[in-house]
Amino acid sequence: MPTLCLTSAYSITASVNPPRAAFSDLPLGHTVGRPHDPEFQRNLLRRAFAAAEAMDRPGTIAPTGMSWDADGDWKRRATPTGIEAEGGLSDGGTDGNSDTRNERVDVPQYQYESDRIAAESTP
Amino acid sequence: MDQRCHDGVMESRSGALSPVDYIALTRARYDALGYPPYQWAEPPEQPPWTPLARPLSDCTVALIGSGGAYREGQVAFHWKDDTGLRHIPADEPAADVRVTHFAYDLEPARSDPNIVFPVDRLHELVDEGVIGGLAPTALGCMGGIYSARRATEELAPAVVVAVLAMDIDLALLVPV
Repeated sequence: MPTLCLTSAYSITASVNPPRAAFSDLPLGHTVGRPHDPEFQRNLLRRAFAAAEAMDRPGTIAPTGMSWDADGDWKRRATPTGIEAEGGLSDGGTDGNSDTRNERVDVPQYQYESDRIAAESTP
Repeated sequence: MDQRCHDGVMESRSGALSPVDYIALTRARYDALGYPPYQWAEPPEQPPWTPLARPLSDCTVALIGSGGAYREGQVAFHWKDDTGLRHIPADEPAADVRVTHFAYDLEPARSDPNIVFPVDRLHELVDEGVIGGLAPTALGCMGGIYSARRATEELAPAVVVAVLAMDIDLALLVPV
């Protein structure tokens, strides 16, 4: 089965080495682009698909050319899981090196309480 | 340049035009926190290759997102190596898709799930003729699994079974 893997984490995808990948220079958590920007998202997908169709070698990571902004300033605040809050690096308490992940609990984590009610009433 | 950063962090953050090196960032962060080194999975040297069977404009595409997407009525993912898979009807708008994940900032994706689970955009690309069709079922999973063994032995085979049961030409993988 042919696959195409979108990515905004170049080094990780290069390490995983999937058959076909398309890289966009975006903060983690935004693999398809800016929220509420359908044209950006469509453009990214169009370019990724076009790149995939042109690939003829396994392990190709094609750049889509889509990036968050021109100056890439967000990269100065990049963390292993996203972006540090503005000013986060000057927070003497964390020094930009705190563990920002949520606790990994083993019970379902619903977006809304109504989701929990719906799931628990679904047979 | 932030001089307090470790070398790996500085290097990985330095170039505005080069991609962020998340492997170096993670190494530096784990080191700073006193954690044992993150164990990266060992990938195959040469990935498999299956040519596209037809032009993209004729291909039916299945969406598989690892950002933790589920739909109302389904049990949400938990955050401790959940290797489950959610079958999400692809004709439901992204606004009805929920996301849950312990690691990335969920606010943008909850505001517009298309940025990690682009069902609306894929429908539009079908209408444009860029792709031939969208599989009626999309798959959501939770990419935050810190056991390569469990991802390989539990999640991956379930994805393969689900994908092979679909009549599709291309699987679009959307990690976060």
